[in-house]
Amino acid sequence: MNSIANSKTSISTVSEHTVEIITDSGEGAQKCAHVFGQTCAKMGNGVWTVEIIPAEIEPPAHTTTSTSGNIVRFGTEKITNWGDQSKLAVAFNDQVCLSRHRLDSFDDNCIILHECSWETHEDENVREQYAKAMEEMSSKNYRLIKVPIEEETLKVVDNAQHGKNMFALGLLAEIYQRDLSIIEKQIAHIFRHKPAKITEINVELVKRGMAWARDNLKFQYIIESKPVVENRVVMTGNQAAALGAVAAGMELCAMYPITPATSVSHELAAIIENYGGIVHQAEDEIAAAGVALGASYGGKVALTVTSGPGMALKTEFLALAIMSEIPLVVLDVQRGGPSTGLPTKVEQSDLLSSLYGQPGDAPRIVIAPRSIEECFHSMITARRIAETFRCVVIVLTDANLASGVQQFTRPEFDSRWQQDPVDFSALPEGLRPYDWDPETGLSRRIVPGTPGGQHTVTGLAHDESSKVSYDPESNERGCRMRSRKLAVLQSTLLPPPIYGEEKGDLLVVGWGSTQGAIEEAVDRAHDAGLSVSSCQLTFLSPLEPGLKEIFSRYRKVMTVEINYSDTIGDPYITEETRRYGQLAWILRAQTLVDIDCWTSCPGQPLRPNDIYNSILEKIK
Amino acid sequence: MNSNVISLLNLENDNPQCLAAEDYQKDEGKWCAGCGDFGALNAVKRLLAKEQLKPEKMAFVSGIGCSSRFPHYVNAYGFHGIHGRALPIATGLKLARPELDVFVVMGDGDCTSIGAGHWIHATRYNANLTVLLLDNNIYGLTKNQTSPTSPQGTISNTSPSGSVLPPLDPLQATLGVSNASFVAQTADWVPAHLYATLQAAYEHRGFSFVRILQRCPKFTPDVFTEQVKNPDLTELLVHENGVNAPGLDKLFKASREHDPTDIDEARALAQRTDLLRLGMFFRDESFPVYDDIRTVSPVSAQEKIRKLEKEFDRYAV
Repeated sequence: MNSIANSKTSISTVSEHTVEIITDSGEGAQKCAHVFGQTCAKMGNGVWTVEIIPAEIEPPAHTTTSTSGNIVRFGTEKITNWGDQSKLAVAFNDQVCLSRHRLDSFDDNCIILHECSWETHEDENVREQYAKAMEEMSSKNYRLIKVPIEEETLKVVDNAQHGKNMFALGLLAEIYQRDLSIIEKQIAHIFRHKPAKITEINVELVKRGMAWARDNLKFQYIIESKPVVENRVVMTGNQAAALGAVAAGMELCAMYPITPATSVSHELAAIIENYGGIVHQAEDEIAAAGVALGASYGGKVALTVTSGPGMALKTEFLALAIMSEIPLVVLDVQRGGPSTGLPTKVEQSDLLSSLYGQPGDAPRIVIAPRSIEECFHSMITARRIAETFRCVVIVLTDANLASGVQQFTRPEFDSRWQQDPVDFSALPEGLRPYDWDPETGLSRRIVPGTPGGQHTVTGLAHDESSKVSYDPESNERGCRMRSRKLAVLQSTLLPPPIYGEEKGDLLVVGWGSTQGAIEEAVDRAHDAGLSVSSCQLTFLSPLEPGLKEIFSRYRKVMTVEINYSDTIGDPYITEETRRYGQLAWILRAQTLVDIDCWTSCPGQPLRPNDIYNSILEKIK
Repeated sequence: MNSNVISLLNLENDNPQCLAAEDYQKDEGKWCAGCGDFGALNAVKRLLAKEQLKPEKMAFVSGIGCSSRFPHYVNAYGFHGIHGRALPIATGLKLARPELDVFVVMGDGDCTSIGAGHWIHATRYNANLTVLLLDNNIYGLTKNQTSPTSPQGTISNTSPSGSVLPPLDPLQATLGVSNASFVAQTADWVPAHLYATLQAAYEHRGFSFVRILQRCPKFTPDVFTEQVKNPDLTELLVHENGVNAPGLDKLFKASREHDPTDIDEARALAQRTDLLRLGMFFRDESFPVYDDIRTVSPVSAQEKIRKLEKEFDRYAV
């Protein structure tokens, strides 16, 4: 950090910062963070935004359970994850501040700009609560700065609830020297359907925040940016998945509301009818799978969108799709489990149930996007694989990707991403609905309406003609053909790329959304002179090829996952009793390599620092 | 078979271009001799021949149970799905391919028990489906368990001392759902009425719900014996817009003029237990049909890309 000594303001140049805007639910933190993040992105910074969401819509205000807000991490280089603790926070009251403190969300030297009116509030209890919070937080070296957010906001508007967020935006704009003209355009865009006066008032609040910071804060940060050389877009993972579904030509999404997946259907519902498709809100998760399956049977490749508990309900339909070889794409936005678990929070705990969550042998394809960009492209891949292999494809994202915001290269659309029209030409005599190629298990998909193709699809064991057959040979052949398709798909995949050296002391293996945090931790380990590489898997079923050979080049291999695993040394936990992280189970079984794991399920994304510490621990 | 059965199956087929009822038969039905499902299958085949439906342009969707083997026996596309879930599959198919004729065949366990949630909501969606509830008041395939429609006191493997609850009436339940547009009841032992009811159901634009009363020769052979033996215990609902099966007035003395647009009378009649009532309880084509209101114009791949470019402009940095 370079500090320029200045009699008035100290200006520091840093490569990145993490900022929190924390408020009671409904005080507009999201809007503030959204404009701030967008402005940073437009100025050429790398950005990653994470929402802090209470599970309730309107929890009691001014309590530690009411915290709502956003974390914005931005920097000179590309930002791939939410990073470590926050360096600066704007808090609308002491209790939301305290809740973040208790979650260890603030860096030890965090600057906390907080509303000061609570200190002198007319209610003694409020004053006391404030004093206690300050006392509790004094255990850290926070720089607590009192800001009259409400008082200043009331100079512009009558109701501070509708304005404090823009004042806070002004504080941040001044501290990080954001371009006001970009902010103004963003605000005008948000309020484009409202009278121009609304935009003016909001911009006035931003300016007031900037002025207050200029007059009262003696510090600023410079985060340099690089010129933007490519067209980029910025969105959440759920938005990316929804747009990916449209780009893939999916014309039916059947769903039932479930957090944190629902917003995919919101995005789709807003636009899909312009693309010849619909969102069907079904009566339950089971029916959502059934309607999607029925539509796929009818020649569409349909989508159903859900999260863990919904996956559990859909299992019988997924098995039917697998058995009848009807293509179906399922997006599972993972949350914490089991049962209702952590509805709004991230976990990577649906891997094993996605692979094995059906009775009988039910091979299906499972892919996990590693970034918000991949949330978009995965939907296109999923649709094509589902159709080519007449198979269920499960796309596993998670709450981190779902509501995280990141820029990525604007896709160049390709009409081949769209589904080909269904071939309704009459079938040649003798063609059967499951004319499996004995090598590959692949067969032509016959859609109702095709002359000469009449057959009855069944979830019962069947032969090539789809006739119910319980004889040993038919059943074994069906199992073999359905399974063979996965091996065939694997034969088309490349081994996963290695991040770092091609051999060494430790290989960290992750899957899905943890890529950014893992690679950042690997960079730190590398900087510290450690021989550590990583590898992030996208295909979980089938696995990408060559894993055993890759693992053989490292002295140790460990997975890093956001799920539960036992720790050896805990009561009763030994080599024999230890339950591993979910990817570790699969890799151990598949490769017979003694793979270790470090997992954590805190209901939030992994921090690079925690992963780095696990590397230090395991590399010994 | 009962002596009252009037066989109308053997239609003459002089035109080779024309498909006869037997042309719609696929595999031989593997139900028990005397099963009511045969009567429903025969009536359906006659309907298909009457309408000259192209086998590739229709689909039969079923769940699980004896009656759900139905699609295997019809020369059409078929989907023998999972227990209770025929309606979501059929709804999805109809949304994807509204031009297909889609028939749904369910048993009483399928529709009124494990799939009851779908039944209520499919009724409300009012997709253009022809829906047959083959109701023999018992679980047959799993061998004699009480069903929601079993009369109170039914002795079965799960209620050896007699079932304890009064039965669920599918007609009352369906008539209670908003947007229900077609509710009729018929019986396997009156084939002419069965055929005429299916004809009306097929012609109705919307969710045509037909409850077909029938007997399981193994487990409920006597459940309608009184009504079969004594036609006076049955009242026909007749109306110019109802089910019209010629000649049945000679068999059934009791008949009632019931306007099928009268929902209040339909509900009142469904609730009465004095007589067995066959015919059209309710029909109204003015209700929105799901596959009509959810139909959107197709968009070419090129056009989609043009629109997506605009969409992405919203997210451009």
